[in-house]
Amino acid sequence: MSKRARALFCSPLTTAILTAAAGGVSASTDGGMGNLNMVRGVTEVSQVAYDVHMLMMWICTVIGVVVFGFMFYVMYAHRKSRGVEAANFHEHLGVEIAWTVVPALILIFMAIPATSALLKVYDTDNADIDIKVTGYQWKWQYEYLGEGVKYMSELRTSLDEVYGREPKGEHYLREVTEPLVIPVNKKVRFLITGNDVIHSWWVPDFGVKRDAVPGLFTAAWARVNTPGMYVGECTELCGIGHAFMPVVVEVKSEEDYSVWLADKKEQAAVYASTVGKQWSPQELIEKGQQVYMRSCAGCHQPDGNGIAGVFPAVNGSAIVNGPIDGHIGILINGVAGSAMQSFADQLSEVDLAAVIHYKRNAWDNAVGDVVQPIDILNFKNAQ
Amino acid sequence: MAHGPAKGISRWLFTTNHKDIGTLYLWFSFLMFLLGGFFAMVVRAELFQPGMQLIKPEFFNQMTTMHGLVMVFGAIMPAFVGLANWMIPMMIGAPDMALPRMNNLSFWILPFAFAILVATLFMEGGGPNFGWTFYAPLSTTYAPDTVNYFIFAVHIMGASSIMGSINIIATIMNMRAPGMTYMKMPLFVWTWLITAFLLVAVMPVLAGAVTMMLMDINFGTSFFNAAGGGDPVLFQHVFWFFGHPEVYIIILPAFGVVSQIIPTFSRKPLFGYSSMVYATAAIAFLSFVVWAHHMFTVGMPIAGELYFMYATMLIAVPTGVKVFNWITTMYRGALTFETPMLFSIAFVILFTFGGFTGLMLSVAAADIQYHDTYFVVAHFHYVMVAGAVFSGTAAVYYWLPKWCGKMYNETMGKIQFWIAFIAFNITFMPQHFLGLAGMPRRYADYGLQFADWNMVSSIGAFMYGGAQLLFLFNVVRTITHGQPVSDAKVWEGADGLEWLVATPAPYHTFIKPPVISAGVEGPEWRVDAPAPAMAFKTAPEAG
Repeated sequence: MSKRARALFCSPLTTAILTAAAGGVSASTDGGMGNLNMVRGVTEVSQVAYDVHMLMMWICTVIGVVVFGFMFYVMYAHRKSRGVEAANFHEHLGVEIAWTVVPALILIFMAIPATSALLKVYDTDNADIDIKVTGYQWKWQYEYLGEGVKYMSELRTSLDEVYGREPKGEHYLREVTEPLVIPVNKKVRFLITGNDVIHSWWVPDFGVKRDAVPGLFTAAWARVNTPGMYVGECTELCGIGHAFMPVVVEVKSEEDYSVWLADKKEQAAVYASTVGKQWSPQELIEKGQQVYMRSCAGCHQPDGNGIAGVFPAVNGSAIVNGPIDGHIGILINGVAGSAMQSFADQLSEVDLAAVIHYKRNAWDNAVGDVVQPIDILNFKNAQ
Repeated sequence: MAHGPAKGISRWLFTTNHKDIGTLYLWFSFLMFLLGGFFAMVVRAELFQPGMQLIKPEFFNQMTTMHGLVMVFGAIMPAFVGLANWMIPMMIGAPDMALPRMNNLSFWILPFAFAILVATLFMEGGGPNFGWTFYAPLSTTYAPDTVNYFIFAVHIMGASSIMGSINIIATIMNMRAPGMTYMKMPLFVWTWLITAFLLVAVMPVLAGAVTMMLMDINFGTSFFNAAGGGDPVLFQHVFWFFGHPEVYIIILPAFGVVSQIIPTFSRKPLFGYSSMVYATAAIAFLSFVVWAHHMFTVGMPIAGELYFMYATMLIAVPTGVKVFNWITTMYRGALTFETPMLFSIAFVILFTFGGFTGLMLSVAAADIQYHDTYFVVAHFHYVMVAGAVFSGTAAVYYWLPKWCGKMYNETMGKIQFWIAFIAFNITFMPQHFLGLAGMPRRYADYGLQFADWNMVSSIGAFMYGGAQLLFLFNVVRTITHGQPVSDAKVWEGADGLEWLVATPAPYHTFIKPPVISAGVEGPEWRVDAPAPAMAFKTAPEAG
């Protein structure tokens, strides 16, 4: 309630407008009127960033009060309506040297903490854990180097919530299918790159924001001292899903992290074994629809009709309704020079088989054949 | 050639008169300002509440991109070129621009450039959707086919800007009246001279960037394509080598305008004329060596980050000199607060505020948190809108009586100022909070924690948009129904050659050059009889 009260204090008028206009939105949750400043965060880097931010802000505030204060005094005291006569002086060497030298000295004073803060950001040596972070349109892939664990992390908020057909949940646009998991008190190094366009991986509480540039690996790091869930965003415009690929990091205790990692490894092994299993058409359709909505609908649209001139339709497409090898090939290899990326590393054989089967038998498409995960594996091996 | 303007549409199509071309630039830029403003209204309407209500993300991205492109290249830059066309010849005692036919060409290719750009919105694939900074490969491999129209449009805009700048440089260097030495030129002329050099230097770089894009898209090169051995980061270096000086291209003429207006309404000469000139030159020089501060999160080596951080912080020194000069000019003046002065004072306050956030952004470690958030959006709107747009508005109110011989409605002007001032701050002050709290820019949708301030910002934006319609109304009404003024010196405290010619300014001015002498307190201007209005009748016809 205190935040609400602060909001009222800040601006009764706007709060009144909000309550009147916003309906369900800000009535049920805090709309953030009290969120005014940067988070101090939970890592050394975020804390030095916050400290230097506050220092700069206060210095600017003091300068602002002095300069604007003088200006308002002039505007009050030296107005013609008070009967003053204009003086005619101009140029004064001493004053002019002073107002050049003093700001320069202030800048030198600012540069010292600014430099030491930046040195912290770049202190990426001697990491305990290396995690490769890859930006895709529009999701993140996390790979635990040397552990054989790799998975995609995608937005979990449904399109129905986005388009207002369902009420928005508490974690609207701040929830993912599977968060990145890291242990406390370990130096984690993030090796960040992009797969298609440039993205940017940002976790405000860690003070980590790094562009994910295709063809370039850069390093950032975090040593988190408090377990919890930390939410971030993609901060480089990357196409229509830019606002819909949040970053969620779960920081676990060391024991929980070890258990989680062991589970992940086991899951990967189990999943690999299902590749040989024969799936029924019904199972494939169900799984395929999920995969489609998650990985394909962003461009090709939920109804399969695409966006004219930008993203081709899959409904009625010659490739989807054509020979199976052509269809598998386009998902495995992508289309060079277009937004259609290769899904060979993004989706498992099971997911690929399911989504291909789904597309061939959804909407107006009715090819009728059945694709099994093993077919995908064979296709990959044959290449 | 006739002495007066030609009749009908041909006056505007074929004119080589600096005043006519200035007028064309100003009206065109205002039209673009309304169009770009409309795009901004669409963006703010969609961001009024979380969720997608009015448009799809695809169209949202086109709107943010077009808003930026139209405002930067279509509204602000041509507005100052228009002012330069009108005022520079009159300020330096020249009869016209040095290259009048090129002047006509440089204006008339602009409407085509923007027609092409805006037409992409109606084409298959839609308009540019990659942000006004059009980072590759989003703007190359992943762009809609209409990107080729965008590239062509940018080339035309660049050609127009280069021609306009060459014209300004040639005019200032060759057409000054006898006795008008460089250090006697009004500050507006100085800032434009320096701006024009910046434009000539960086517009070809922008042309290079879009040409490389064109090659990557259509001819199989890989300048920016990592898969082919290229580098997307190269694009950013090339773009910002243009883009950062571009920021100063926008703001330096605004400095010039304010440096004309503040002394007038303070009834006191500019405090430090020569230090203002040197500060402008220093800012222009520094603008070339700080570009990568837009790229602090790209993963540069630490030596690069440190260099660009220090160099960027340095800009605060000459900028501070300018602000201190404006304030000491007001100190012990006899101030009055007509509309142009109100906009100029708001300029000083809000631009300085934008300078403070700029200084904060220069600190690389903190910039990692600010970068690509609404904090940056707020920062550059404080310098672009409260900076360039406020000063452009001030300039129109200041010189409008000289241009058309009629006085605007002061009450309406002041009302417009206060609405614009308040609405501007309602719009952009909360965006600082949004950015610090973690809202990235160019987001079509956002989490619920950002809902309240976004709604406040949108309400402010609609009010600010409304204030511009009032501005349009006031200007049109002045032209049609304004109170006639005939004093050559419209403002009591005004100084400079443009205030010696008749009001309204005759179609041709200074066919006979004025006389300029070094006075005790700065330069003194004098127009030898016959008065310039008559001079063009007796002077031999030019070209």
